[in-house]
Amino acid sequence: MALMLVKFDLKKRVKLAQTVWFMYWFAVMAGVLVFSMGLFFKIELRKRSELMDNNESHFLPNLLIFMGLIACGINAFGGKVCYDSLDPSKFAKWKPMLKNFLVFCVVFNALLFVTALLCFVMRIPLQFTLAEGLRSGMKFYKDTDTPGRCYMKRTLDQMQMEFRCCGNDNYRDWFEIQWVSNRYLDFSAKEVKDRIGSNVDGQYLMDGVPFSCCNPSSPRPCIQFQMTNNTAHYSYDHYTEELNVWNRGCREALLSYYGGLMNTIGALVLLVTMLEIGVTIGLQYVDSSLSTLVNPDDPESESEGWILEKTVKETFTDIMDKMKAMGKGSKVEEGEAAVATVS
Amino acid sequence: MVLLEMKFTQQRRVHLAQGLWLLSWLAVMCGTFVFCLGVYIKTELLRRAEVMDNTEIHVVPNILMLVGLASIGTNWVATRVCQDSLDPSRFPRWKAFLLAWFVGATMLSFLLFAVVESLKVGLRNGIRFYKDTDVPGRCFQKETIDRLQMEFQCCGNSNFKDWFEVQWVSNRYLDFTSKDVKDRIRSNVDGRYLLDGVPFSCCNPRSPRPCLQNQLTDNSAHHSYDYQSEELNLHSRGCRQALIDYYMGLMNSTGPGVLSVILIQMSVVLSLRYLQTAVESAMALEDPEEDSEGYILEKGLKETFEDLKVKALILLKFGQVNPSATQEPSEAEDPEKAADNTTEKAASTTASS
Repeated sequence: MALMLVKFDLKKRVKLAQTVWFMYWFAVMAGVLVFSMGLFFKIELRKRSELMDNNESHFLPNLLIFMGLIACGINAFGGKVCYDSLDPSKFAKWKPMLKNFLVFCVVFNALLFVTALLCFVMRIPLQFTLAEGLRSGMKFYKDTDTPGRCYMKRTLDQMQMEFRCCGNDNYRDWFEIQWVSNRYLDFSAKEVKDRIGSNVDGQYLMDGVPFSCCNPSSPRPCIQFQMTNNTAHYSYDHYTEELNVWNRGCREALLSYYGGLMNTIGALVLLVTMLEIGVTIGLQYVDSSLSTLVNPDDPESESEGWILEKTVKETFTDIMDKMKAMGKGSKVEEGEAAVATVS
Repeated sequence: MVLLEMKFTQQRRVHLAQGLWLLSWLAVMCGTFVFCLGVYIKTELLRRAEVMDNTEIHVVPNILMLVGLASIGTNWVATRVCQDSLDPSRFPRWKAFLLAWFVGATMLSFLLFAVVESLKVGLRNGIRFYKDTDVPGRCFQKETIDRLQMEFQCCGNSNFKDWFEVQWVSNRYLDFTSKDVKDRIRSNVDGRYLLDGVPFSCCNPRSPRPCLQNQLTDNSAHHSYDYQSEELNLHSRGCRQALIDYYMGLMNSTGPGVLSVILIQMSVVLSLRYLQTAVESAMALEDPEEDSEGYILEKGLKETFEDLKVKALILLKFGQVNPSATQEPSEAEDPEKAADNTTEKAASTTASS
C-alpha cells in the first residue's frame, strides 16, 4: 500500500515535470540566498570581532555558506534531471543514480533543518562572548598608544554612537575604569593626585563618560563630567535626568542586533528547508511515475506516482532488515574466512 | 546613396526582431532605473531639507522621474512594434507613429544627460549650512545638526570656529546669577552667551585622547595641548563641504549607470530603424520571404537634411499663404506660384528617390 498514491497520464506527467523544474530554479535562488546570508553574517561578526575578544565562533556562518553552496549544486542537478525527464532517452542515463540522489537530498534537508535550529540556539554563547569582550574593550579604551589596541577607542566610540548605548550594562561602568590615558594627565595637579590616591590600583577614576555616550536628542548640551554632582551644573538632577546620555548598555544593544539578525536568518533557512522538502517530494513523484509505466514502450501510457513504495512502517522495517542483513553478511564472511584459514 | 545599408534575409529579420524585443525590455528596465534614481535623489534632498537653500533644486529629480516614465512608455511601444513587425497584416498601423517615436526617443536620451549635469551644479550652489540656527530652545534643530555632524563627520559651516560665533547653549541651562555667565553676555553687543567651545557632535572618535570640547583656544586649560597644532581632536571638515562631497559622490557614481542607459536607448532606436526599413522593403517585394535591405537614412545625410528643410519651408509657406490670401486678393499670384513650387519640388524628390 503505497504512501500518497497518485495516478498520472502523459499530460499530468509533463505538467508535474515542468512545475518541479520551475520550483528547482526557485530553490537555486534560495540556495544563493542562504549563501549570501552566511557571508553577510560572517562579515558582521568580523567587523566587531574586537569587541568579542577575537574569539567569537564562526561555525554558524561557515555552515550557512557551505549549505548554501551545496543547495545550489543539488538544486541545479535536480532541475537538469527534471528537464530531461520529459525525454525518455535522456532520462534513462539519470535513472540509476536517482534513488541515491533522493536519499542524499533527504539527509541534506535534515541538516538544513538542524542549521535553522542552530541559528536560534547560538544566541546564548554569543551573549557570553559579548559580555567578556565588551568588558575588556572598555579596559583598553585608553591604550591608544599600545600596538594592537590603538583602535579600541575608535571602535568603541563608533559602536556607542551607532548602537546608541553606553557602557556594558549602563553608563556607570565607565566610572569604574580609567578611560583617560596617562599621557594626557598632569601628574603635578592636585586634583589628579587626589583621584589617583583615592583607590588601591592607583587609577584615575572619575564620574564622567566619553563623548560617544552623549544623546543628541537631549535638549541641553551634553553633560559628560561630574555627572553625579548636581551642584556642578545648573538645573541638573542626575537621578531624574534621562536624556543626557544613552540609557541602554552596549551588551544588550549588540545582543539584540545580532539576535535579531540570527532570528531572521533562522526563519529564512526554515522557509528554504520547506521549499527543499517540496522539491524532493516532487522529484520522487517524477521518478516513481516514470518507472511504473503500464506499457514501458509507450510513453503515453498511464502510470502511478508515490512518495514511498510501501507504508512508513513497512519501509522502516525494510531498512532495518537491510542493515541487519549487511551486518550479518560481514559477520558470515568473517566466519567463513576464519573457517577457511583454520581448515 | 543610402546611409549604412545592410542586407537582411528572412532569418536575419526574425533574429533582429527577437533581439530587439529583448533589448527593448532591457530598456524598459533602464527606464525604471532612471525613475527610481529620480525618486531616490528627491528623497535624499527632502531628508536634508534644512540644509538646502531653496526648493528650486527639486525640479531636477522631478524631470528625472518624468524622463524615466517617458522612457518606460517609449520602450514598451518599441516591444509592441517588434512583436508586430513579423506579421505583415499588423505592421502597417505603426508606420505613421514611428517617425514621431524616433524623434522622441532621441530627445529623451539627450534630456537625461542634461538633467544629471544640471543637478550637480544645482547642488553645489544650493547647500547652505545653518545661518540663523542660533535661536535658543529649538530642540529639534539641535538634534538634527548633532546627527548631521556625527554622520558626515564634520563640524560647523566651514570649520569648527563657526561655533564660537553662535550661542549654542540654550538660556534655560544658563545660571544668570553666576559671574562667568554675566561676563560672557556683556562681552558682545547682542547679549549672547558665546564661548570657545563646540558641541559634542564635533568630536572625532579617531582622536587618541578623550575629546576636548571647552576652552579650545586656551592651551593652559588642558595638559599637553596646543590648539594650533591639534588636528585630530575635532572633525576638521566643514559640513557644507562634507554635504557637497556626499552629493557629488552620489551623482558621480550614477554617471556610468546613466551613460549606459543612454547607450541602450540609442541602440534601441538604431535597431528599430533597421527593422522598420527591412520589413517595409520586404513587404514591398513580391515574395515577402526574400532578402531585403535595411538602412538608417534613405538618402545621404546632406540630402535628407535638404529634404527636411524643403518640407519645413512648404509647411511654413502654407501657413503664411492661407490667412494672407483671404485678406489681400492682390497676392492671388502667390498661392499659384507656391502650388507650382510644391509640385516641382515633389516631382524632383520622387525623381531622385
